Amino acid sequence: MARVLLFGRLSDLAGWRERDIPAASLAELRGRIATEDPALFEALQAPAVRTAVDQELVSLDVALRPDSEVAFLPPMSGG
Amino acid sequence: MIRLTQAPFDPGQALGDFCRDRTETGAVASFTGIARAEQGRTDILELEAYPGFTEREIARHAAAATERFALQDVLVIHRTGPIAPGEAIVFVATAAPHRRAAFEACDFLMDYLKSRAPFWKKETGPDGARWIEPTDRDRDDLARWETS
Repeated sequence: MARVLLFGRLSDLAGWRERDIPAASLAELRGRIATEDPALFEALQAPAVRTAVDQELVSLDVALRPDSEVAFLPPMSGG
Repeated sequence: MIRLTQAPFDPGQALGDFCRDRTETGAVASFTGIARAEQGRTDILELEAYPGFTEREIARHAAAATERFALQDVLVIHRTGPIAPGEAIVFVATAAPHRRAAFEACDFLMDYLKSRAPFWKKETGPDGARWIEPTDRDRDDLARWETS
């Protein structure tokens, strides 16, 4: 299980901002999203979208703990 | 210090508080960013942050500015949530022994905050809502600080 957070246009696209999704790794999480919401999966694949696990940016697949927090971050716009 | 706030804040008071009781500072520079109405195109600006992550990223850049410009102190206040035109969005103050470092550090931090800080910005106006991404101008401003 992971708590998944979407920011910016990604939450508008998906229609949710925060959700628990069962997955033991980032790759498995992406797979579940691909099945449930192909448009969101597509958007998450964009190179400009960064991924943070437990508030640290990651670029490769990582294992997720039951209380992991995964955030998908579209290009940061500044304030 | 880095502070995110949903509530409006008074930049004048923030500057007064920042300047108080400094006998060795010599120079404080500050910048206040104010939400624009864009000639009626924007009714409300909404800034989304990632609590914890956003503060830490800004703190990392504040620490880099402190080292690069030998600052004595830095304060960043940033609004999140809905912001009306005319309200302060961002306030940066830098303290240094002399003015050049204070001015430059303030400029440096603003270029980072305007272009790369972890915020997501949405403008809502009569024509609907749109997400704003950094402009080429923001990127050029940031490139000024790259060390070769």
